[in-house]
Amino acid sequence: MAFTRTAAADPHRHLHAQAQWQPIELVFWAATLIPFFLFPKYLALASQIAIAALFALSLDLILGYAGIVSLGHAALFGVGAYTAGLLSTLGWGDPLLGLAAGAVAAGLLGYVTSFIIARFRHLALIMITLGLGQLIHEVANKASWLTGGSDGLQGVRIGPLLGRFPFDLYGYTAYAYSLVVLFVVFVFARRLVNSPFGLALRGIRENPVRMPAIGAPSPAHVRKIYTIAAAIAGMAGALLAQTTSTVSLGVLDFQRSADVLVMLILGGAGWLYGGIVGAIIFMVARDQFSGINPQLWYFWIGLLLVCVVMFLPNGVLGCLQLAAPWRSKAS
Amino acid sequence: MHKMLALLGSMALAAMTAAAASAQGTVKVGVIMPYSGQFADLSAQMDNGIKLYMKQNGDTVAGKKIEIIRRDTGGVAPDVATRLAQELVTRDNVDILAGFTLSPNAIAVSKISAEAKKFMVIMNAATTVIITMSPYSVRTSMTLPSVGASAGMWAYKSGLRKAYTMVSDFAPGKDAEAAFQDAFKKAGGEIVGAVRMPVANPDFSAFVQRAKDLSPESIFIFVPGGAQPAALGKAFAERGIDPNKIKIIGTGEISDESAVKNMGDAALGIITAWHYDHTHDSKPNKDFVAAYNAEFKRNPDFGAVGGYDGMHVIYESLKKTGGKADADSLVAAAKGLKWESPRGPFQVDPETRDVVQTIYVRQVRKVGDQLLNVEFDKMENVRDPGSAGKK
Amino acid sequence: MALGPIFGVLFDGFAYGMLLFLLSVGLSVTLGMMNFINLAHCAFAMLGGYVTVTLTNRFGWPFLATLPLAFCIAALVSVVFERLLYRRLYRAGELDQVLLTIGLAFMSVAVAAYVFGTVQQPVETPSFLRGSFSLLGVSVGAYRLFLIAMGLAIMLLLTLMVEYTRFGAQLRAAVDNQRMARGLGINVEGAFIIAFALGSGLAGLGGALAIEIVGLDHSFALAYLIYVLIVVSVGGLGSIGGSFVAASFLGISDMLGKYYLPELGAFLIYLVMIAILIWRPAGLLGRR
Repeated sequence: MAFTRTAAADPHRHLHAQAQWQPIELVFWAATLIPFFLFPKYLALASQIAIAALFALSLDLILGYAGIVSLGHAALFGVGAYTAGLLSTLGWGDPLLGLAAGAVAAGLLGYVTSFIIARFRHLALIMITLGLGQLIHEVANKASWLTGGSDGLQGVRIGPLLGRFPFDLYGYTAYAYSLVVLFVVFVFARRLVNSPFGLALRGIRENPVRMPAIGAPSPAHVRKIYTIAAAIAGMAGALLAQTTSTVSLGVLDFQRSADVLVMLILGGAGWLYGGIVGAIIFMVARDQFSGINPQLWYFWIGLLLVCVVMFLPNGVLGCLQLAAPWRSKAS
Repeated sequence: MHKMLALLGSMALAAMTAAAASAQGTVKVGVIMPYSGQFADLSAQMDNGIKLYMKQNGDTVAGKKIEIIRRDTGGVAPDVATRLAQELVTRDNVDILAGFTLSPNAIAVSKISAEAKKFMVIMNAATTVIITMSPYSVRTSMTLPSVGASAGMWAYKSGLRKAYTMVSDFAPGKDAEAAFQDAFKKAGGEIVGAVRMPVANPDFSAFVQRAKDLSPESIFIFVPGGAQPAALGKAFAERGIDPNKIKIIGTGEISDESAVKNMGDAALGIITAWHYDHTHDSKPNKDFVAAYNAEFKRNPDFGAVGGYDGMHVIYESLKKTGGKADADSLVAAAKGLKWESPRGPFQVDPETRDVVQTIYVRQVRKVGDQLLNVEFDKMENVRDPGSAGKK
Repeated sequence: MALGPIFGVLFDGFAYGMLLFLLSVGLSVTLGMMNFINLAHCAFAMLGGYVTVTLTNRFGWPFLATLPLAFCIAALVSVVFERLLYRRLYRAGELDQVLLTIGLAFMSVAVAAYVFGTVQQPVETPSFLRGSFSLLGVSVGAYRLFLIAMGLAIMLLLTLMVEYTRFGAQLRAAVDNQRMARGLGINVEGAFIIAFALGSGLAGLGGALAIEIVGLDHSFALAYLIYVLIVVSVGGLGSIGGSFVAASFLGISDMLGKYYLPELGAFLIYLVMIAILIWRPAGLLGRR
């Protein structure tokens, strides 16, 4: 991962400086409200972008901050989605309950698998995450008595949000709900990465051998962040299940793992905002291209990715950082 | 936050009534299919069927211009399909939702169809229950149970008493397996063994060998269309299974034109139960195949005829309602529609809104130097065995 | 139970493994040598497949005559891409490489759909490669025998080249320690281009040979990526022998598993991969 941001000599001052909210961040979050007023017909898309952004944020925590490249992240997303969906089929259709349950279930799976994850790096790690993801996909397919198999889970009934706001066809509730969850999780993640724990993670990413040598328990840190990221991925899955009232094997697909990785790299890994920006660009581009040409839009998405790599290495945000002096001053 | 949401909700309601008023003069049809990805070819054929019907019948019916809006789901993605359907309804103000190659996507959109009160034409997806999930849907393809059960009944009728089944391990495969086994056992046959194979399975020889070890009288197979039928057919030949000694019975995907081309002589003797083949001998089909070839330089398949007949349902229903495109009028008009389709007699069941049609039993034989599906038996007025009983 | 069926299954599994070997050996070498993650590798395999299909179906070439061309065109095109795009990213992060090559794979899928349509491409093989015959009581598919012969021949050629030629020595040096190899005056980039072309060419050949077994359509470039990555990781980066062993092992174990434990069918290849990687994270014959 080519990105170097040297911590200042005094780590506490460095952390403090990092934790300050920049004006542009406030502008960014204010801008997320624009769809309500200017694009009310794009709210369904906006809510799915927010969910993808949450999912990418979760991947960023492990990839951008701890150097764990995962090609099986959809497994956690999917477990969250199935948990929320299954609860609703049993009559517990309250969205917040499902959201919490999705986070817990995915967090548990993340905790269990983290014991394997923390032991490996490089290609072995990528392939083990991929393998685990595929295994869980297959388990869900086999357990059709529980999951509905490839037809998808039937009878998902999601209640109104907070007991008052049903999920409407236009996606007002869906977007408001997804956006609030994204923002709350983002604030949490922001605090997390700007804590001493976050700094230790970055140390692991840059040099996994040295960190234990200076007294930071590397595998324990990795397990912790992986579990947190898993819970967030589970929340994203639960959100998708609830806002669309559908759960199918698609939530566990390899393609979903690959897409979220592409979104994150596109935006720039290791920024928190990278995943969000990447999700916005990828999803909007995909929506527009596939609207124009439903058969061949892959070409334009591919071209977009190639151009980003050629002209904006390190992702969109990575390049903005080089161009914007205010950002480098902050670090 | 509460107040804001309530305000936005009322805005949505206002927008919705505005939307309903706006669509005059044109009837918009939102077509949702996986145009890209693994199922792209089936969707392309369905889309060709839609295009051909509109070319032959004009894009105006009952004084309304028909406008098609195409949306890609990229594969099995009910979440995407749901969003696309929402957008088609709220942003593009479509009157009719159509397409649906894959069952999970069709199931998801059925909810939108029911909620937004939109007429829905399922042109391929074959899981039985879909049709029950929206009161406004009509199906113009087939259901796997109806085909599987036809295959089972025919197998017994032809004198076979023992069968082994090999299906892909996912919902359609299990549907086909259950329907075949039920029908075959009910008639008096015996299932000597069964295997379910992974959905993404590039190589079949181990499974074929397992079947061969039992040397059953017959083998029933179901695998999804695409690369797998040819791979399975070749594995039968390589493992030395002679279709003349062990009857191979399947659904139509197995002996699809491109699959048979790929298998070559290994396909000879395979028996399938299916509702359409481009060789079906009738005037409407000959015209259809000729026009299709002139337009797209290939033969139509079941996807194409599903799209073609789906458009026929839309056009005929609109004619009956005099251009009124609300879901209640359209579904009332569609119920009981009856005509001679390229596939043979076709009826929209007035009770279930599902398809009632002839299922043909065909065998791959050499005609001249071509390998073709030759029809040699048929079952008329076949309904889905599950929904036929229910009302 | 007679032994015949088992040998037949083993034989088919080995043939399938040879196909995986051809498809993946190039990626293993380039990944091991330059640390370059080429997720568009299977796009070159797909290109080889379409070359063969076009030449046989449209121009009436015999199947076997198209194979060298499938190799050459895939190799040539890959060099063009290497010079135009890949080369700029050798020193970039692996994530940028992932983004570039997955982008190219996406584009290849769309281009294939545009040029050749979305239909499954049939291929006409010569009659002596069709059907099966009995060998010592085991039913043997002619085409599978051909696949095994091709796999073994290419394995032999590659081994001879790597062990006994000057280029091979340079290649080994570059895989073992790129910095040292540069220091010794070896033209690592030059060696890499040749290795890259060779690897993509073999993928092209593999793609052409794969049509008869697994079919060919526009989604090939993405559909087989997972299998190729599995072989590369299990075999070990940069190891030709590793790819050979891993591909044969995976092919055979997959078949045996499906024969004896069909319920585990879809799980097996991933379980085997995870078990091997936990046991040997660098792969069976990997050094790092």
